[in-house]
Amino acid sequence: MKVAVIDYGAGNVKSVSIALDRLGVANVLTDDPQQIRSASHVIFPGQGTAGMAMQKLKSKELDRLLPTLKQPVLGICLGLQLLFEHTDEGFVAGLGIIKGQVKRFEGALKIPQMGWNQLTSLNGPLFEGIASGTYMYLVHSYYAPIVPETTGVAFYGLDYSVAVQKDNFYGVQFHPEKSGKAGRCLLQNFLKLR
Amino acid sequence: MLAKRIIPCLDIKDGRTVKGINFKNLRDAGDPVALAARYAQEGADELVFLDISATEQRRRTLQTLVLNVAKALDIPFTVGGGIASLEDAHRVLKNGADKVAINSAAVKTPDLINTLAAEFGNQCIVVAIDAKQVDHQWKVHLVGGKEPTDLDLFQWAQEVEQRGAGEILFTSMDHDGTKNGFACSALAALSKKVRLPIIASGGAGNIDHFIEVFQEGNADAALAASVFHFDEISIPELKQNLKNNHLQIRL
Repeated sequence: MKVAVIDYGAGNVKSVSIALDRLGVANVLTDDPQQIRSASHVIFPGQGTAGMAMQKLKSKELDRLLPTLKQPVLGICLGLQLLFEHTDEGFVAGLGIIKGQVKRFEGALKIPQMGWNQLTSLNGPLFEGIASGTYMYLVHSYYAPIVPETTGVAFYGLDYSVAVQKDNFYGVQFHPEKSGKAGRCLLQNFLKLR
Repeated sequence: MLAKRIIPCLDIKDGRTVKGINFKNLRDAGDPVALAARYAQEGADELVFLDISATEQRRRTLQTLVLNVAKALDIPFTVGGGIASLEDAHRVLKNGADKVAINSAAVKTPDLINTLAAEFGNQCIVVAIDAKQVDHQWKVHLVGGKEPTDLDLFQWAQEVEQRGAGEILFTSMDHDGTKNGFACSALAALSKKVRLPIIASGGAGNIDHFIEVFQEGNADAALAASVFHFDEISIPELKQNLKNNHLQIRL
């Protein structure tokens, strides 16, 4: 098993790599299409802003590679948002794997949402052994809507998708690498996928 | 629902944790990594490391420390103290810190906030503001409260938000070290002026103070150092009490 963690040098993906090290899983931080294609699992943490991330992906043609991958792929935070067709952050097109539009939180809310929020309506293999009501750590100003692919919901002014799955593509809005034991369990569940 | 956060703060000098009151009578309190791991185990929601060393060696020891903390912790942590440039921030973030806190450097060079936010995203940037009341007006102070400025706390907080900070860490110098409770009215006013999450700091002395800072001060997180370091308040007991008072808490 070898995990490719997509890194285009715009922020902190070290924590993801450290979390995988802690689980004893070989991993590489990379933006090289060949390494990504040949990995057993791919993690896409997303770094910086949506526009900048899509630009970096395009410069390596990763925007075309990612949707064609057949191994399990996990988008984290911005990585979940970019699975969608479009995001209001910078008004850019995402990877289009899941239909829908990512929007900015509105109303009298503190932005970004920062801290530990509870997950509900959990479904699918990522949440094996993770109970509804479990807290995970997240930081974000934009949210994904509820869609047929939603596998987890959180509430911040409204219900939104905190987890999604379409075929081999998984996305979580929270940071499993920063969410203590529950996050570790989720990463282990992802690594069990074939 | 989003939970209120409890954040122990560790003061770091030359790679070691130090305990003291108002930076005086510092004594060695051991390995920061071990202490951080203990707090995480006890249910801390996040940690802040504040580097107060002033030696030439600080950069290297801090870098090693950040990496070791990142390896030991699976909860988020912020690093502050002397971060004054893109390069300083990058060094801390690439070693696994989740956020950087900037304080005096932000006042002296406000563009630093924009630069860091554009490079790393707002979520990484905490602006720490130390303030105290001068003639009934909250004025920003630098260098741990020693150097007064003309900046108004609320105006500065709004500017910080506009420039792209992701969070404000507000320390009331009037309350810090007193153990008489947080600056709840200033905190509540601050929450009306900005839409950023606010970490309250300064004044924690007992469990009731934490209840007040969330219920009256409308803070999103509460930070404290000595009450945790000197085992005056245990984190599990604190969090259970907050929950019993109908606050949203991660147990």
